[in-house]
Amino acid sequence: MELFIQQLLNGLTVGSVYSLVALGLTLVYGILHIPNFAHGALYMMGGYVTLMAMTKLGMPYGIAIVASMAAVGLLGVLMERLVFYPLRNAPPLHDKIAAIGILLFLEAFAQFVWGADYQTMPTPYGDVVTVFGFTLTIQRILIIASAVIIMILLYLFLKKTFIGASIIAMAQNREGANLVGINTNKVAMLTFFLSGSLAALAASLASPINLVFPGMGHLVILKAFVIIILGGMGSIPGAIVGGYILGFSESLGATYVSNDYKDIIAFAILVIILTVKPNGLFAKEGR
Amino acid sequence: MFLHVERLTKRFGGLLAVNDVTFSVEQGKINAIIGPNGAGKSTFFNLISGLHRPTSGTITFKGRDITRLPANERAKLGIARTFQTTHLFEQATVMDNVIIGHRLRTSSNLFDAILRTKRHHREEQACKEKAMEVLDFVGLTHVADRMVANLSQEQKKRAAFALALATDPELVLLDEPAAGINPDETEGLEELIVKMVEGGLTVCLIEHKMSMIMKIADRIMVLNYGEKIAEGTPEEVKNNEAVIQAYLGGSAIA
Amino acid sequence: MAILEKRRLWLAALIAAAILFPLFVANGYYVHMMTISFIWMIAVYGLNLFAGYTGYLSLAHAGFFAIGAYALGILTVKAGWPFWLAFAAACLLTTLIGVFVGLVALRTKEHFFAIYTLCVGYIIYLIIDKWDSLTGGVRGFIGIPAPADIGPLSFQTPVAQYYLVLFFLLVVVWIMHRLVYSLTGRTYIAIRNSEELALTLGISTMKNKLASFVLSVFFTSLAGALYASFIRFLGPDIAYVSVMFDFLTYLLVGGIGTLAGPVVGTLLVTFLSQQLQFLQDYRMLIFGPVLTLLIIFYPHGIAGGIIRLKARRSEARRLQLEATQASAELAAASRQERSERYAKEG
Repeated sequence: MELFIQQLLNGLTVGSVYSLVALGLTLVYGILHIPNFAHGALYMMGGYVTLMAMTKLGMPYGIAIVASMAAVGLLGVLMERLVFYPLRNAPPLHDKIAAIGILLFLEAFAQFVWGADYQTMPTPYGDVVTVFGFTLTIQRILIIASAVIIMILLYLFLKKTFIGASIIAMAQNREGANLVGINTNKVAMLTFFLSGSLAALAASLASPINLVFPGMGHLVILKAFVIIILGGMGSIPGAIVGGYILGFSESLGATYVSNDYKDIIAFAILVIILTVKPNGLFAKEGR
Repeated sequence: MFLHVERLTKRFGGLLAVNDVTFSVEQGKINAIIGPNGAGKSTFFNLISGLHRPTSGTITFKGRDITRLPANERAKLGIARTFQTTHLFEQATVMDNVIIGHRLRTSSNLFDAILRTKRHHREEQACKEKAMEVLDFVGLTHVADRMVANLSQEQKKRAAFALALATDPELVLLDEPAAGINPDETEGLEELIVKMVEGGLTVCLIEHKMSMIMKIADRIMVLNYGEKIAEGTPEEVKNNEAVIQAYLGGSAIA
Repeated sequence: MAILEKRRLWLAALIAAAILFPLFVANGYYVHMMTISFIWMIAVYGLNLFAGYTGYLSLAHAGFFAIGAYALGILTVKAGWPFWLAFAAACLLTTLIGVFVGLVALRTKEHFFAIYTLCVGYIIYLIIDKWDSLTGGVRGFIGIPAPADIGPLSFQTPVAQYYLVLFFLLVVVWIMHRLVYSLTGRTYIAIRNSEELALTLGISTMKNKLASFVLSVFFTSLAGALYASFIRFLGPDIAYVSVMFDFLTYLLVGGIGTLAGPVVGTLLVTFLSQQLQFLQDYRMLIFGPVLTLLIIFYPHGIAGGIIRLKARRSEARRLQLEATQASAELAAASRQERSERYAKEG
């Protein structure tokens, strides 16, 4: 029983990271209908920027994370302006290929500048605490807490502010939103900024545990895609719920089934769900 | 009954696009569907041609329930349609575009194609002949080898007609065929539509150009906010209170 | 007519050049490079059939390439099957897997399809990597035999293998050529142009997409099996997405959706990569932006660009012809009218 709850807590931690990444991805897909294959690269850059900010610029962990969120957010905006905006009228095939090109470039860039080694991110939260008899590092608690806070903030932002409402309006009908005076370009840029920031946050929180290396975005991003397909492309609750479901499945699966193949769990779930419901679980009735 | 929809409803999440519509398309006649923008006309066509599944209600064609039938099966039964934006392959010739229209009446497959069987040859010929036939019917034979991108808007519309006709349909759904073309060209399309019906087809069209509707339609259904608010001959509809209200003062029915 | 003859001439010249190549180039290294290029081309034709003609991006094809390769290896080395039986079985097995993947994947819409196939590709990579009792995992799989003799033909030398691969490439190109100009090919293109319109025209999009997908997987598995037998050694990285992106780059540079694209793109990119060996470390740094810039500014690739240029020129010529004809008719008509007037007055 103890092991089980320990794994649940693990799942909560992993799920939080996944949810944050999936949120960024689903925001971009929901508004712009672009599956951003380069999102994994944003995640990776987030980790590296935080690492550099801490080791080269001597910033404390928390500040470094904020800096990273800003920097990678801007990177996201750059991507939108330079690549996705010119392709807005092209067949959807082109968006995907362009994103792949960006992904390749950023990964090669990271490898070139920072080397291919696995690097550790020093964190002040490595201490272990005992909560109700279960051992947790503070880092894990931090991950869970940050994720929940950010999600609440995001929810409030989208539902209660005007800009948030514009994002939702644009998601439903880009042209219509444009016609009623919403600056769709600004909203697109903002969405990409948010997306990048969320990815950077997730990476920065997870790196002390998972290390920093050029390929760190790969698995995470694939799973994020699985999550948003499960939860519905563009659905925020779907991304959150899906992220945690996956987190729990992986934790429990790693312990009780096999650690080697735990990554396949995500994809196995995807295959099963898509076989039965080709449009995802929470998909809105579009057809 | 030729084409009949019974209590047809389509809901998109919270939006009721088509609400409880019951309507019959009369065979051999020109049936029109009109209504203000956003009234649900194109959605209605999508429901009939099979691109959307209805939330509730039934659709019957020639006595057969087609409500659950996929779009390509409906085309095989004889329902053809055009789109508001023509969807033609811009970077190919008119001929290349129209040839594929007769494909549904052929059965050759991958192997026939690779091995160039007699069947493939025969069917390819049939498609080519059909294409020439329909291009002649719509009057586009002289631009058969022109790239679609270089056609005028009216010619593109005619090409879309030709494509629909190449499927050997019995019912043709025309979605705003006269959109974006001038009055002279509109007259040309009117003649074409009448010619189609004289040849034995049934036409159901969505249009905003009231002059066209009043001139050629035999029966009209009026939709507003997804609901049917009137039905009848042009004369009856023109003088219908609810219709005049919907169009804000009746200035549109001129 | 003249254009057709010219094209046949080009084709004949190219094939002749390919056949004569190893006889004139003494350097075995170049023969080896060309053979590998041919193998890539076959795989890229597979990708091209599906992405270029049917319009869907499958990111699983590197995985199918790997399955074809590993299947051949495992069947010959571990199960001891005769070579050509194993070869056929490897292709068939991969194609069968392709059928199942296709059946599920093709029910999803465009974006889902790309993601789903990306995941499938990754699963394949993972399995190859982790199941080391079967595949050798990270250590790799060695000892794959060269193609066995067929009657008097022996394939132990690099030159013989070159011709074997060239043979398969020509078969693939022939099939593609037949397909593209046929009713079936036109059907695929119609689906790529607008799936909605295709459905409305009575085309069974599911059946056609599946057929196109399965054939494309077959081509890719063929390339994989040839690769295994040629390189004689396999590692899990052939299933990794980077191989996928290589294919994509070759296809894009050459021209997606064209017949000549895979050949042109593969040759050009592999040649350039060779010449620019000194930039090897920066390869990926360059590849990425190139891919992105290509798709934004020049999505039709080289072959595609040439085809469009030719089409535009013939259109311009035709319009000019019509214009001169029209003015000639106009002139004739007014002359006629004038002479009639004079006749009446006179």
